[in-house]
Amino acid sequence: MDWEAILSNTASWLISPETIAYALAALGLAVHFGYGGLLNFGMAGFMALGAYGYAISILTFGLPWWAGILVGCLASVVFAFILGIPTLRLRADYLAIVTIAAAEIVRLLFTTQVFDAVTNSADGLGNYHEGFRAANPFPEGTYGFGPWTYNANGWWVRIFGIGLLIIAALLVWLLMRSPWGRVLKGIREDEDAVRALGKNVFAYKMQALIIGGIFGALGGVVFALPSAVVPSVYVTSLTFFIWTILLLGGAATVFGPILGAVIFWVIMGFLSNVLPAMASSGLLPFMSTTQAATLRFIFVGLALMLIVIFRPQGILGNKKELTFVKQ
Amino acid sequence: MSSNSSSQSPVKTTGLHIGDAAPGVAKVDPIIIADNVTRTFGGLKAVDVEHVEIPRGAITALIGPNGAGKTTLFNLLTGFDKPDTGTWTFDGTRLNGIPAFRVARMGQVRTFQLTKALGLLTVLENMKLGAQKQTGENVFSSLLKPLWRKQEVEIEERAMEILARFKLDTKKDDFAASLSGGQRKLLEMARALMSSPKLVMLDEPMAGVNPALTQSLLDHILNLKTEGMSVLFVEHDMHMVRHIADWVIVMAEGRIVAEGDPETVMQDAAVIDAYLGSHQDVDLGVVTGRISGEKTAEVEDLLAEIDAEVGLTDSSAYIADTPTDDTAKEEDTK
Repeated sequence: MDWEAILSNTASWLISPETIAYALAALGLAVHFGYGGLLNFGMAGFMALGAYGYAISILTFGLPWWAGILVGCLASVVFAFILGIPTLRLRADYLAIVTIAAAEIVRLLFTTQVFDAVTNSADGLGNYHEGFRAANPFPEGTYGFGPWTYNANGWWVRIFGIGLLIIAALLVWLLMRSPWGRVLKGIREDEDAVRALGKNVFAYKMQALIIGGIFGALGGVVFALPSAVVPSVYVTSLTFFIWTILLLGGAATVFGPILGAVIFWVIMGFLSNVLPAMASSGLLPFMSTTQAATLRFIFVGLALMLIVIFRPQGILGNKKELTFVKQ
Repeated sequence: MSSNSSSQSPVKTTGLHIGDAAPGVAKVDPIIIADNVTRTFGGLKAVDVEHVEIPRGAITALIGPNGAGKTTLFNLLTGFDKPDTGTWTFDGTRLNGIPAFRVARMGQVRTFQLTKALGLLTVLENMKLGAQKQTGENVFSSLLKPLWRKQEVEIEERAMEILARFKLDTKKDDFAASLSGGQRKLLEMARALMSSPKLVMLDEPMAGVNPALTQSLLDHILNLKTEGMSVLFVEHDMHMVRHIADWVIVMAEGRIVAEGDPETVMQDAAVIDAYLGSHQDVDLGVVTGRISGEKTAEVEDLLAEIDAEVGLTDSSAYIADTPTDDTAKEEDTK
């Protein structure tokens, strides 16, 4: 086995656009679930709206790239309202059911032939990079070191994504240390108690849903920036990868989702390199290299189960919280 | 019972009502006036209150057997449940149809029968949450700490003051989940005080509290009155009601059956009926004829009543179901 290639490929995942995109979405989910207790199982829908909002604004309406990002965010705000108004007054588990269905509806609307002229249905969208690349402040050429050598466009996408991630993390930190964050955490614990203290619980939950939704949309944008918008990406399993990342890092933390995303993608990258290599060198009998590559998803499922059972507060979560079982 | 002299004979507020004490009697200075409040759950009329007034500056107890509709009335008055009919005012402001959080902002705070301490928030955070009109609770101004830093310091000072009074100040950095049941009750009451309420509504403040804490809880409730707040509480513990309540409202089967000061109301026939049933003096053995004994007038009454009911259930039980109950009750009170 070529260990050097395997490790180099693995290391490149550390700052890949996918990692940054998933970290942004997981941060949004931290606002929803970790701090607000909202069981949002529709993160893939928010991400799809961000990605499609960006691509369609540029391709169909000829808007500049930054306006495309704003349109993506705006679409997620509208989606948050549509989801929130009927469900936020109900119990948390209803939101889970509605969000999982709504995200599928969003994906199917983008995939259907009816809007083919705009969405290109199942083929997805591409070739919207001109504006974003024209705004690239980095000089032409390939630079970097070791596994982190990219061309100017590669660096621009990564730096831009990391910038967004830093702003998002800063916002979450500022919000959660404030009295606003205190109310949100109170709602997570018991919303009737918070209501009895004179707080407009519905408004807070809606604000949290919108803020987390915008982070999800930005994740979708970063995911779409370097390559293309592929509808088959925004399936329910994407939502569950984001949940895995969140629970791995620590749900009610600022850096947990970022750390979780990095660990998730580095392990995924490592396994997708090492498993086929093992299969081809005969270490995994009865398995083709393709089969071996899919094996990693089984490991992800296993990891999710182990986290929830043995470390429910995640890597960065407060250990004290584990001592008390919630009713 | 207690070494604390102030709690042994609390000063009762008297002269609260106008005219004779009867269900729905007018008060000299009411803080809540409710009319025609009804709430049905399916076929069950959980609350059916024609008129009730809660006096200001006094401790009012709401008592009644299980299922009398006390907690439902509580939920209605605080906006946690919506009534079928009814209007009520709090401090002169119409309150029906107002959401729970607005009710709380007007100065009418409540606690819950099952304590709702916010487990994974610290005791101090729980307290700070109770303060009203916080600039930092707006999503935009929350981002800029200078806008709310000063207010936060003031709130913390106030919270520590109240915590010290409730002897929870040493626990300020502990998660509320680590407190005992009684301490959580104390915390919930302390948290409610953070909003400087006019009326404090306590739903079974003594439920599940160990005897050692009972006395201090009683003192805290009495203190609320001393500080000028009105208190309305639901309670099953009659000793406590007798001890601290200035006025008692008795509910049974959704209706208010008696009102008065604690000493007289406990002697009221309707109250004894509501708690023990109307025939607690009658030997059922005599009624059924298994034991030979003197057939008193009460036994005759009961037999006649049973006959009447059996007769009706034979012919038209389905239609006559509710009227029968009502007539039976009228007979009871006579």
